[in-house]
Amino acid sequence: MRFWLIAKIILHPLRYAQERIDAWVLARVKRQPGPIDIPRNRVYIVPTRFGYGFAIMALVMLMGAMNYSNSMAFALTFLLAGLGMICMHHTHANMLNLRMHAGKTRPVFAGEIAHYEIHVENLAKNPRYAIGLAWPKQEANATIGDAPEQGIAVMILTRPTLKRGWQPAGVYSIFTEFPLGLFHAWTWADLDMNCLVYPSPAPPGMELPAVAGVGGHASGGRSGQDEFAGLRNYQRGDTARSIHWKSLPKLQSPMVKQFTETLDRELWLDWNALSHLDTEARLSQLTRWVLEVEELGLAYGLRMPGIVLEPARGETHQHQCLKRLALYDIA
Amino acid sequence: MIDYLTQTTLLRLLAVLVLVLAPHVAHLPIWENLLLAAVIAWRALISIRQWRLPAPWIRNVISIACFAAVYFNFSSISGLTAGTALLSVMAVLKLLEMRARRDVMVLVLLMYFILITHFLFSQEIWTIAYLLFSAVCITALLMDCNHAGESLPTRVLLRAGAIMVAQAVPLMLIFFVLFPRIPGPLWSLPTDSGAGRTGLSDKMSPGDIASLMQTDEVVFRVRFSGDVPTPQQRYWRGPVFDEFDGRGWQSSKLATQTRTVPTITIGESLSYELTMEASGSRLLLALDTPAPKQLPNDSTLNYSNVLTTAGPINERKVYKGTAYTQYVLQPTLSEMERAHFLQIPEGYNPRTRQLAQQWRGSRINDAEIVNKALLMFRSEKFFYTLQPPKLGRDSIDEFIFNTKQGFCEHYSSSFTFLMRAAGIPARVVTGYQGGEQNPLGDYYVIRQYDAHAWSEVWLAEKGWVRVDPTGAVAPQRVERGFTSSISLANGLPGFIVRQQSNPLRFALNMRWDWVNQKWNAWVLAYGPDLQADFLRNFGIEDWSQMILVMTVLLLLGTLAVSLLLMRQFATVIPRDHALRLWQRVLKKLAKVGISQNPDEGPRDFVDRITRDHPAYGDGMQRVLQAYLKMRYLEEADQTAERELNNAVAAFKPRR
Repeated sequence: MRFWLIAKIILHPLRYAQERIDAWVLARVKRQPGPIDIPRNRVYIVPTRFGYGFAIMALVMLMGAMNYSNSMAFALTFLLAGLGMICMHHTHANMLNLRMHAGKTRPVFAGEIAHYEIHVENLAKNPRYAIGLAWPKQEANATIGDAPEQGIAVMILTRPTLKRGWQPAGVYSIFTEFPLGLFHAWTWADLDMNCLVYPSPAPPGMELPAVAGVGGHASGGRSGQDEFAGLRNYQRGDTARSIHWKSLPKLQSPMVKQFTETLDRELWLDWNALSHLDTEARLSQLTRWVLEVEELGLAYGLRMPGIVLEPARGETHQHQCLKRLALYDIA
Repeated sequence: MIDYLTQTTLLRLLAVLVLVLAPHVAHLPIWENLLLAAVIAWRALISIRQWRLPAPWIRNVISIACFAAVYFNFSSISGLTAGTALLSVMAVLKLLEMRARRDVMVLVLLMYFILITHFLFSQEIWTIAYLLFSAVCITALLMDCNHAGESLPTRVLLRAGAIMVAQAVPLMLIFFVLFPRIPGPLWSLPTDSGAGRTGLSDKMSPGDIASLMQTDEVVFRVRFSGDVPTPQQRYWRGPVFDEFDGRGWQSSKLATQTRTVPTITIGESLSYELTMEASGSRLLLALDTPAPKQLPNDSTLNYSNVLTTAGPINERKVYKGTAYTQYVLQPTLSEMERAHFLQIPEGYNPRTRQLAQQWRGSRINDAEIVNKALLMFRSEKFFYTLQPPKLGRDSIDEFIFNTKQGFCEHYSSSFTFLMRAAGIPARVVTGYQGGEQNPLGDYYVIRQYDAHAWSEVWLAEKGWVRVDPTGAVAPQRVERGFTSSISLANGLPGFIVRQQSNPLRFALNMRWDWVNQKWNAWVLAYGPDLQADFLRNFGIEDWSQMILVMTVLLLLGTLAVSLLLMRQFATVIPRDHALRLWQRVLKKLAKVGISQNPDEGPRDFVDRITRDHPAYGDGMQRVLQAYLKMRYLEEADQTAERELNNAVAAFKPRR
């Protein structure tokens, strides 16, 4: 281990130093609830590869101008040099005084891609073009947008998820290379944003637990299909699944399918029913069941060590169940 | 993730490329112009019609073919024209492999290089406008390429580009004036760096000078510091020819030897400052005859009394000259030299020889023979024309006895031949004669069409004496310059006809030339010497001070831009007019001792006022209604603000 480290320091001293500096800088980025303002002293700026190319070109032109003692060639060379210097300030100013707000994050299942919404607010009277957001060292995959004058750019950073629980957004850079692409100006930000990652659902196949009906029924969950009882007007909170899409073109407002089924048949998803599986597999299986039962429109409760959720239905309940599953045993 | 180039950006790019390539059309061979146009059109169609880009092997074949074509056309790829041709082809072929925005960057660098090559061909005043306009366009293009997603409107981009260039121009000027210039080329210039330059050549074959006379290119400008010599004295000495091969004249080894011949000068000297345009040759044109003891730096006089510099004049050069209009050049001639200047080829022009020997036989002296020859030109029907008939083998015989039409070249050549045949040492001198005065700048402009040829004969005790046989035929050529010497019927070059026919245009031309002269003298000639002279006025003595001052000024310049930008990108809280007016009314109330409690909304506050101070009730209710309307009405408009404003103004609480 130590040998490899020494070898690295000797073979790639610059890269090693760069990594150390990056790590040092990233470790010092404070996590803030936001909004974050970008002050002058927090904007860093370096030339881009194109910027270096531009500088080399200007030098070659300078040699050419000297060689031919050509005044107009000098003029062009100096104009480009001036443009380069001006561009540095433009790029720097393009970042200045931006305000970042944390936006929404929707929960996802482990293995899916988490979306972090970040609002970049431009409080100045000049529009800001080509503001990018990117994870460290992934500037090539940045999301780039414009913030109009006194307006907001809504930008989304994505990152794959691996395991359940809270996944923080972590540190990312907000950068710009506008107007000429000669300079890369950036600063680090870490808005306090977390994406809830549900356990990844187990593959379907395992039979649902038996329904413990209050009315004394004891049949399989699948046989308990509810009867269609008619349509009612859409209300806020109705799931997209229950909307009667067929009638939508005819009627102006959406209608919702109603079922006679109520809470008279309950289904308990029980941790102890899965004693043959390990913890993660149990969580996955319970996740799968939650999804299946919600799909069927049954009321369901969740029983886990230290957690009992009374039977209910609907998106909020489903989210509650999935959240408990996601955060089980996580401090 | 490739950020594909949008069609809009691509078409803009093509437009800028056409702009940058346009001035090269004149320098490139026709096939290349057609090729460039074809590839640009092809790339435009690929984008518009959504065709596929050509496969890599097709691109390679095209590239190799183009390189080969350029090589065979110019038989090198290093010269200036060849380099330009290659650069243009490279830029255009790059189009065929361009997909992403990032690819444009390489092309932009190539475009800047193409732009700079223009100035090796032309540095006239209009090029500065072209330079700035191109810079604005390329900057706008770069912005477009650095802006992901939907393209910004052209107007917005051009405006932003213009602003950036405008901010860069002051820095450019600081650099231009203060960046220490170093003299001379860093490496040898390509041989064709003076491509297309015209000027006096080192031999005189028929038609040479006539072709020079077809152009109005400026050769040099001159300003006399004291007396201005008369037009008959303004002979600017160029190459001298002393060998005749029956057809053309050239210089012998003797004529070009670096050896000053003895000269006796008489009277006062004339001094002048001469600004030579780049000629690519070593010849310095000097007023006849240059003072041998006051030669410009780095220059020498040769045996023929022609002034040359150490290296070729590849840039505009200013030198101070001194001349004597009265002189005895080479008072003695050795027998060998005498024989040299009498040589004429055997078997040519028998009638002329016969004529000359006839004169010789009539026992008159050399000077009388010279006059006799001039009298012949004057009295017989000789014409001055730029389009003389073609001459055959015995060209001088044909000219003197048959055609009798020609210009300075014919007259000086035949006169010199006559003199030699008559036993008088003679030679042909080429150069420029006359010149046009620019009344604005008090200087004279000598153009290619002022090219001239005359003769010198050696007379005992007088040395080499200038004889201009053309003056005998067309005296106005010598007295008033070339443009007045030819009548319109003789087929004048177009530019001269224009000048003569329109006096206003002539005046404008003069003014324009004056502007050009200033441009040349201050901008284009701004080299190490001029820079040192100019900066000394400001107490800047050496290059370290130049760098210091330049750095300080550049910092100040960028600081100004930076401050401007910080203002532009500063946080601006939108002005809340409703709140401002509400606060104004609160101030009025405070004067009468009423103030809003922190826990009170406007409505509660006004309710309390109405209850406790009924006198203010009505006024405050009106203010409140207007305030609520302005604040909470969804579509706030100007009337709401005006209403509130009026209500606040009308509210005047009195104690």
